[in-house]
Amino acid sequence: MTARTLFDKVWSAHEVVAETADTPAVLYIDLHLTHEVTSPQAFSMLKSLGLPVRRTDRTLATLDHSTPTRTEQVFGNVPIVLDAAAKQVRTMEQNSKEFGVELFGMRDPKRGIVHIIGPELGASQPGFTIVCGDSHTSTHGAFGALAFGIGTTEVGHVFATQCLLQRKPKGFSVNVHGNLRAGVTAKDLILAIIGKIGVSGGTGHVFEFRGEAISAMSMDERMTVCNMSIEAGARAGMIAPDQTTFRYLKGRPRAPKGAAWDAALERWKSLTTDPGATFAASVDIDAGALEPMITYGTNPGMVLPISGSIPQRAGDAAFDKALSYMGFHAGDSLLGKPVDVVFIGSCTNGRLEDLQAAARVLQGRKVAKGVRMLIVPGSQQVKRDAEAAGLAKIFVEAGAEWRESGCSMCLGMNGDLVEKGKYSVSTSNRNFEGRQGVGARTLLASPFTAAASAVSGRIADPREML
Amino acid sequence: MESMHVIQSKTVVMPSTNIDTDQIIPARFLTMTTKGGLGEHLFADLRYDAQGNPNPGFILNQPQSKGCAVLVAGKNFGCGSSREHAPWALLDYGFRAVVSSEIADIFKNNSLKNGLLPIVVDAPTHGWLLANPGVQVTIDLASNSLIPAGKPAIKFPLEAFARYCLLNGVDELGYLRTKLPEIERYECARGW
Repeated sequence: MTARTLFDKVWSAHEVVAETADTPAVLYIDLHLTHEVTSPQAFSMLKSLGLPVRRTDRTLATLDHSTPTRTEQVFGNVPIVLDAAAKQVRTMEQNSKEFGVELFGMRDPKRGIVHIIGPELGASQPGFTIVCGDSHTSTHGAFGALAFGIGTTEVGHVFATQCLLQRKPKGFSVNVHGNLRAGVTAKDLILAIIGKIGVSGGTGHVFEFRGEAISAMSMDERMTVCNMSIEAGARAGMIAPDQTTFRYLKGRPRAPKGAAWDAALERWKSLTTDPGATFAASVDIDAGALEPMITYGTNPGMVLPISGSIPQRAGDAAFDKALSYMGFHAGDSLLGKPVDVVFIGSCTNGRLEDLQAAARVLQGRKVAKGVRMLIVPGSQQVKRDAEAAGLAKIFVEAGAEWRESGCSMCLGMNGDLVEKGKYSVSTSNRNFEGRQGVGARTLLASPFTAAASAVSGRIADPREML
Repeated sequence: MESMHVIQSKTVVMPSTNIDTDQIIPARFLTMTTKGGLGEHLFADLRYDAQGNPNPGFILNQPQSKGCAVLVAGKNFGCGSSREHAPWALLDYGFRAVVSSEIADIFKNNSLKNGLLPIVVDAPTHGWLLANPGVQVTIDLASNSLIPAGKPAIKFPLEAFARYCLLNGVDELGYLRTKLPEIERYECARGW
């Protein structure tokens, strides 16, 4: 048998009908995650065709994008401010009920960002195909799953058939050599990778992240890396499951139990790239040479080491436009530039280890005067864990706002916004124009860098505070 | 879906690279639960000023763009969020095709499922189209070609099945549902 990659193995195990020159593969989907923003029109399509959700047992729904993060709005009687957001939440509640889909509703202790709760519940498993109407579905690839974002029409296809029509993307090996130094995180690594290959460098491909630094990572860190695969244009990002993966999953509510666990483990152990398997593309990164990274422009590929300065790109109109939007100039160093808002959270960096990192910096320190710091846990479970571990107390004592879970200021759909012209150091995944609010200026960084910048009131190298 | 064969239009050019789906349709317009009416908000932050008045410097607010159905955009159009609201907004506005040297994967898929043609051309053709805004083009799906007025036809690739569906007005879900017996056999074999 020919040598196969991890991706090849997962793909072929899910081909219901193989692809031909004329027709794409019919690809089976093991887990369909859904949320309030990209599902209403798909449910409407089912209704118009009189179709059910075919496999409700393979479908999970949550509320995350449009939901408020203020406790009084989630658990009290203060209504959602935005009418349209409130309607979207109600629509998801109605659709879930009507179609028999399990929904983690507003006050459910299991609610959270869709890409945080799948892993947390043990629902995201090695070798699975996982889709969601959300580009950051790539997060679940950290478990050796093939996980990718789809549009609403395809959400409807999965509802109706549990399958998708797909052409097989190409493989792309991301080889990470050496180990990250102290104060340099998974977020810095993925930003450096995107900076190296560019925001469309992965288009048409599925990444497999490999190497020493990846093997050494926790699941929380691996999820951060896979999460931002899409920011390099890749369809998905995967990491072969290993003991770290198995330890994380064991005992989680939806992980296999007893004999089923043993059988699953046997299957999962085969999910590695065979020696001699080939990839259509590859890139090599020296993890040991990296510094904390921070973006300076309006896409995640416009990134530099924190001690660096903005490059010169004569004659590049898009580059000039991005710098003008950000209020920066070529040659500028970012260190020491003033900060207005700091956001810690999102499906990229809203897990417990991310909050622990922020707390390490904030403990015994205060958020600088004039800086607004918002800390939003990725799920209600993360919130409870952070409170039990004493992290929430550290945040509140430092002067940060501690909220209920959700996507929040990553994309500002719920009213958590950055004002026009303000600088936001954010642990989220996109620094696009207007992403965090009209005219908002976003700098993407790790939880360490974000917390250090909150304390300084200026962009700061976190290594001085660790 | 209606079948599609030929698009004839002048081009509108937005030369910026990496026009992401947040720019095409900002997140604050995603709270809707239907598909219609998004054209009004297409490129909202570029198209309108803070008071909601049209920004005269933006290409779609200029008279020569009126009625144009073909958008020529910089490399890596449609990157970022998977929101299908992006092709819905472009179609609702009146665009029927987007041409670039590179189009992001999810946006491309979403476009094909709604009858918005994502056309990828080589770098020299792309450069020529960017440098010649307002040129009259014919896009002929039957022959996979883009023909600028008075110029030779340029072939473009398009996924075979999506093209078949567009040409014949075939609904992909209808096709997928014909595979339900195979899907059931697959589930049975896997004990799933």
